[in-house]
Amino acid sequence: MSAAARIVLSVAAIVVVALVAGLWIIRGPGPLAFADGPKIALADYHGASPTGVPASLAQASLVERGAYLAKAADCEACHTAAGGKSYTGGVGFKLPFGTLYSTNITPDRETGIGNYSDQDFLNAVHRGIRHDGARLYPAMPFASYTTMSDDDALAIKAYLFSLPPVHAPAPANTLTFPFNQRWAMMFWSALFNRDSRFEPDISKSPEWNRGAYLAEALAHCGECHTPRNLAFALDNRQKFAGAVTAGWRAFNITSDKATGVGAWRDDDLIAYLSSGHAAGHGTASGPMAEAVDHSFSQMASEDIRAIVAYLRSVPPVTSTDLPATLAPPAPASHKDGGAPNARGKMVFEGACVSCHGWTGESPVSPVATLTGALAVNDPAATNVAQIVISGTRRNTAADALSMPAFGNAYSDDEIAAVANYVTARFGAKGSKLTAQDVAELRKQVSQ
Amino acid sequence: MATTLTINGEQRSFDAPADMPLLWVLRDILGMTGTKFGCGIAQCGACTVHIDGKPVRSCVLPVGAVRDRAVTTIEGVGSTPTGAKIQKAWLDLEVIQCGYCQSGQIMSATALLAATPHADDSDIDAAMAGNICRCGTYVRIRAAIKQAASGRQA
Amino acid sequence: MIIMEKKSDTVSRRTLLAGGLAGGFLLAFHLPAHAANEPVQPPDVTEGKFAPNAFIRIDEAGQTTLVMPQVEMGQGVYTAVAMILAEELDANFAQVMLEHAPPNDKLYGNPVFGLQVTGNSNSIRAWWEHLRNAGAVARAMLVQAAAQQWQVDPPSCTTANGEVIHKESGRKLAYGALAASASGQTPPKDVALKDPKDFVLIGQPLKRLDTPDKANGKAVYGIDAILPDMKFATVAACPVFGGKVGKVDDSAARKIPGVRKIVVLDDMVAVVGDHMWAAKKGLGALVIDWDEGPNARLSSKDIWQDLRAASEKDGVVAKSEGDIAKGLATGERLDASYELPFLAHAPMEPINATVRLKSDSCEIWTGTQVLTRVQSEAAKAAGLPVEKVTVNNHLLGGGFGRKLEPDMAVAAVRIAKQVDGPVKVVWTREEDIQHDVYRPVYRDTIAATLSDGKIVGWKYKVAGSAILARWLPPAFQKGIDIDAVDSAVDMPYDIPNFHVEYVRAEPPAVPTGFWRGVGPNNNVFAIESFMDELARKAGKDPVEFRRGMLGKNPRLLAALNLVAEKSGWGQPLAARVGRGVSIQPSFGSFIATVVEAEVDEQGEVHLHHVTSAVDTGIAVNPDTIMAQLEGGLIFGLTAALYGEITIDKGRVQQSNFHDYRMLRIDQTPKIEVHVIKSGEAPGGIGETGVTAGPPALRNAIYAATGVALRRLPIDRSLIAGKKA
Repeated sequence: MSAAARIVLSVAAIVVVALVAGLWIIRGPGPLAFADGPKIALADYHGASPTGVPASLAQASLVERGAYLAKAADCEACHTAAGGKSYTGGVGFKLPFGTLYSTNITPDRETGIGNYSDQDFLNAVHRGIRHDGARLYPAMPFASYTTMSDDDALAIKAYLFSLPPVHAPAPANTLTFPFNQRWAMMFWSALFNRDSRFEPDISKSPEWNRGAYLAEALAHCGECHTPRNLAFALDNRQKFAGAVTAGWRAFNITSDKATGVGAWRDDDLIAYLSSGHAAGHGTASGPMAEAVDHSFSQMASEDIRAIVAYLRSVPPVTSTDLPATLAPPAPASHKDGGAPNARGKMVFEGACVSCHGWTGESPVSPVATLTGALAVNDPAATNVAQIVISGTRRNTAADALSMPAFGNAYSDDEIAAVANYVTARFGAKGSKLTAQDVAELRKQVSQ
Repeated sequence: MATTLTINGEQRSFDAPADMPLLWVLRDILGMTGTKFGCGIAQCGACTVHIDGKPVRSCVLPVGAVRDRAVTTIEGVGSTPTGAKIQKAWLDLEVIQCGYCQSGQIMSATALLAATPHADDSDIDAAMAGNICRCGTYVRIRAAIKQAASGRQA
Repeated sequence: MIIMEKKSDTVSRRTLLAGGLAGGFLLAFHLPAHAANEPVQPPDVTEGKFAPNAFIRIDEAGQTTLVMPQVEMGQGVYTAVAMILAEELDANFAQVMLEHAPPNDKLYGNPVFGLQVTGNSNSIRAWWEHLRNAGAVARAMLVQAAAQQWQVDPPSCTTANGEVIHKESGRKLAYGALAASASGQTPPKDVALKDPKDFVLIGQPLKRLDTPDKANGKAVYGIDAILPDMKFATVAACPVFGGKVGKVDDSAARKIPGVRKIVVLDDMVAVVGDHMWAAKKGLGALVIDWDEGPNARLSSKDIWQDLRAASEKDGVVAKSEGDIAKGLATGERLDASYELPFLAHAPMEPINATVRLKSDSCEIWTGTQVLTRVQSEAAKAAGLPVEKVTVNNHLLGGGFGRKLEPDMAVAAVRIAKQVDGPVKVVWTREEDIQHDVYRPVYRDTIAATLSDGKIVGWKYKVAGSAILARWLPPAFQKGIDIDAVDSAVDMPYDIPNFHVEYVRAEPPAVPTGFWRGVGPNNNVFAIESFMDELARKAGKDPVEFRRGMLGKNPRLLAALNLVAEKSGWGQPLAARVGRGVSIQPSFGSFIATVVEAEVDEQGEVHLHHVTSAVDTGIAVNPDTIMAQLEGGLIFGLTAALYGEITIDKGRVQQSNFHDYRMLRIDQTPKIEVHVIKSGEAPGGIGETGVTAGPPALRNAIYAATGVALRRLPIDRSLIAGKKA
C-alpha cells in the first residue's frame, strides 16, 4: 500500500468515525435514557405490567381495550379533521416545505386501512412503513409508538377495525422536492427510530413504569414538548423542556420549579390533565386542549396519577425565556397596569374583557382566568396569539365556556396588538409581536 | 339542582342544572325577560346583569357559580340610585331606539357609574365597548352617561 | 305611563315608576304582555265607542287609542304616527294609548305596497296624508256631534287637547262625552287639513312613547312571549344552502336533562326542551349527517366570478336620456367597477317565533315587518285557512329588513306540528347569521366622460339579484328591479347624456333579501365613490365638483353647502387624515354627509367625525330624525368597515359577533346632524344614514391615502402604509 493510499485510507477512516460519531451525537439519547436504572425486557419483568389497560378494563373485550388504548395514544386528534368524521384523516400539517395530510384509518379497504394485516399495522405503528412499503413521515409519531407493545398496538387495530369503514381519500400532500421523496425517510428511521419495545426500569416503581409507558408509548408527550434537532428528531438531552410545534408552544413540563411543572402540586397536574384546567395555572388550549379532550380526560385516574409520577422524575431544564415568577392579578382599573397600547386595549375592552376581566381573574369562570397561565407569561405570546386566532372549543360539558375564534375578522395587526396588551397586562413581561409574526403563526397551524 | 338566589333583593328558588347560564334561568325559568339573549358568547352584552354590583354577562355565567352573591337585573336596577339616574338620563336624551340591547347597556353604565362616579371618556370606552348596539345609539349612550355623571339636566 | 296587560280576559293596569316618566306622557300598549299573553283582539267597535276608522278609538271615558299600522323596530314610528294622528285629531297627546295593529291588509296595508309592510323608509311618507285625513275626519265628526248638541254652526267650534270648544258660549265637551253621538255622524267626504304653521305636535322633538318601558325591562319583544306550559326549541338547518337532513343520531341528546323532543324535518332539526339551555345543549349533542346536496362546493370565489361575468353583459335599459353614445365619445373618459358583498342583518333580537297550534287554530307571537305575510305563510304551513291564524305582533328588537321575511314563523309552525302545546322557537345567533336572507352581492360598472369639469356622459350598469322579483313579483316589470336601480335612475346631477342598465344576476343558492338601505345602499356607494374619482380627474375639489351639477336640485345643494360649512370642509388636516363627502336624494330626503377619518400606517381606519345635513321635508319629530341619522350612519359605517358574509363549501363562514363584527362605542366618531327646516312633505329617514356613511368614508380614505377603493368592506391591506 502506497503512502498516498494509506493517507487516503486513514483520512477516510477518520471521516467515517467522525461521521458516525457526529450522527451518534445528533441522534442523542433515547427518551428514557435519563432514568438510569437497569432495564429489562418486558417479558422478564415481574411487576404489575406497565402495558395494557387499567384494572377496571382487564376483563374487557379486545375492542374495548383497544378503544381505551387508542384514546390514550390520541389517534383521533391527528386523524380527524375539523368538522370531519372521526378517524377519517385529512388534517393538514403545515411544514416549511409544504403540507402533509393525515390519512383515513377507518377500515375502508380503498382509502383506509381495511387491507392491513396485523404485521402491516405493526410496521406502520412501530417502524413507519406503510402497507405498500412506502415510508411514513415522522409527523406520524412512530418513533414514540415504537415503544408500544405488540399486544397493545393490535388491540388498537382491533378497535379501529370495529369502526364503520368510511370512504375518505386523504388530500394529496404538497411537499416540495426533496421532501416529497418518501424513500429518504428510510435513513431518518434508521437513525432516529429505535424500533424497540418498552423496557421497564427495575429500579423504579410499577407506577413510574406505567407512567413512562403511557407518556412515551401512547400519549407521546415528547412529540410536542421535547425540542427537535436539525433532523427533526426529538433531542432528549432537552427532554420535555418545551418547544414550538405547529405554531403552538408546548411548555416546559420538566420538574424545573420555576419554568417547568416542578412547583405544581400533584392535584394541579392531575386536574390539568384530566380536565384541562388547574386553578392558578390556566387552561389548556390548542393541541393540549385536544389532547385533554380526546385523550387524558378519558383515561383512568390511576393512569393519570402514573403519568404525574413519571413527569416528576424528568430532570429539570430551565426555560431561560420564561419568567421565574408568574405575574399576579392586574390592577382592577383599566387605567393602571400593562403598557401603553391603544389598539390592543381597544380590542381587549371590546371583545375580551367581558370574560377575562381587567384583573385577569374571570368574572364568569375560573377556566377563563388569565392570571397564572403560562401562555400570558410567555414573552413570545405564541399561544396567546394562537388562542385569539383560533379560539378554544372544548369538547367538555362546559361548552358555554368556549372561546370564539377571532382570527377571521380581526387583522394580524389587531391580534398582535391584543396579544401584546394581554401579555403586558397579565404576564411578567409584555410581548412585541408584529402583524408579520401573527401572519407567520397563522401559517403554522395544523388544520 | 335546587338552587336559591337573591335576585333584586328577593329570594328565588328553582330547579336548574348547575351549568345552565344564569340568562336562561332568568328568562325561561323565572320569566324575567328584561335580560336579553343576543349572542350567547359574551360578545354583545345584551345579557348583562350585576353580580354583587359588578357587570357580568349572564349568557356565560353558570348559575352554579353565582352562589350567595346578589343578582341585580334590569327589572331591579331602577331601585338603586345610580340605576335610576342612568335610566333618567337615557330617557332625557332619548338614547333608545329598538331597545333590545338597552337593558345590557343600562346595566353596564350603572355599574360603571357606581364604581366610577366621574367617568371620563376612557372609562366609558372601557366599560361600554363590550355592549353592541345594532341601532347605533353609541353617541347618545356616551352623552347620557356623562349627563348622569355630572348630574346636569338635558 | 300606563301599560295595559291582557291576562286572559281581564285587563289590568298598573302605573310604572315615575323614573320612566320623562315627558309625563300617558300611553299604553295593548301588548301581549308577559305571562299568559293571549291574542290581541282586533280593534273592537262596541257600543258607545267612537271608531271612525281603523286607527282611532275613543271610548266614553275619553280614552283615546291609536292603532299603529306600521311596526316599531326602533325607528320611532309609533311616536311619529301617533303625533300625526293626534295632530289632526287634536287629541290630548299625553293621554293616548297605542295598540299594535292585527294582521289586516285592507285596514292597515301600507299604501305603497298594498300590504301590511314596514320598510323602505316609507312609514311616514306613505301614511302622511292618510293618517292626517283619518285624524281630521274623526275630529270633524266630534265637532259635528258637539255642534249638534249645542245647536251651533260646526265652523264656530274649535278643538284642542281632546275637547271641542265653543268659544262664543264658553262651552266645552270632552271627546269621551261625544264618543257615542260622534259614532252616529256621517264622516265628511272632504275635510280640511291643518296648515303646517298651526301644527302643535308635528315638528316638536317630543319624547318617544315606546322608550320608558325599554329602559326598565318591561317592554315585551317577540322573544319575550311566555305562555302557560310553553316549551322552548332551537334549530339547526343544514349548514349548506339547500341541503337536507340525512341521518340523526339523537342518543346523546335525549340523555340531557330537560330535553323533551327531537323534531326532524327535511331541512332542519329542532330540539325541544324545558328551557333554551336544554334545547341548545341537546342540539349540540345531536350527531347529524347532512345530505349537503348540489351546493356543497359553492364558494364566494365562484359567486364573484359569475357576477363579474354577468356584469359584462348588456342589461335591460332602466333609463336613458340624451345620446349616450355621443356622450361617451365626448371629452375624457373614466371607467370603474364597484363591488358590494353579501351582508347579514344581525338584529340584536335573534330570530324567533312562538306558536300555539291546535287542530283548528294557530296563534303566533313574534315581531315582524310583514304581519299579513306571516299570517298567510303560517296558514299554509299549518294547513289552516288564513282566518284561523292569529298573529300577535310585538316590538321588534331591530328589523333591518330581516323581518320582512316570514321564514321564522313558518319554521316555528312546522316544528309546532310535532309538539304538544305552545313552543317558542329561538334561533341561536350562529343560526341567525348562517341562515339569513342576505343583502345580495352587487357589481356596478360605470363609464363617464368629463368636459370642462362637468360630466357629459354617464353609463351605469347594476348587476345583482332582483329581490323584488321574489318578494313582490307584480312589482318586477320588464326585467327591471326598481329597487336595484333606486338612486341610480334618479341621480341628482345634471348630466346631458345619461344611461342606466340593469342585469339580473342571481347568486346560486344564497337567498337574498332587503337590507336596511336597500337598493340605494349599493348605488349611492358606487355613484358617490365614482364622483370623487371624476372630481380628481377633473382637478376639482369634490364639493365644488358636485355643486356645479346640482342646478336642478336646490334642496340637495343647500344640504351640501350646509354640511361643507359645518364640517370645516377645506380646512387643513393632519397627515393620513382625510375628509370625504357624499350626497344623496334617496328615500325622498336630501342628505349631504362629510366623514373625517384617519388611516394609520397599518391600514386601520379611525373615524373622527361625521357631519350630516338633511332636508327631509317636514320633520315630524326632529329628534327622531337626528337619532335615525346617527344610528343609520353607524350601521352603514359598520358594514363599510367590517361587513361581509363569505361562502365556502356551500356554507356561510361567519357565525357570531366575533367574526361578523360590529362597530363598538370606542370606535364611534363624533356625529353631528343638522336638520334643515322645510315645508315640503316628509321624506324617509330610517335608511338614509346607512347609505350616506360608506361612500363618505370611502372618499375620506381616498383623500387620506390616494387609494381609490372600489369594494366593500374596506380592505386594510390596500391602504396600509399609503399616504396621499
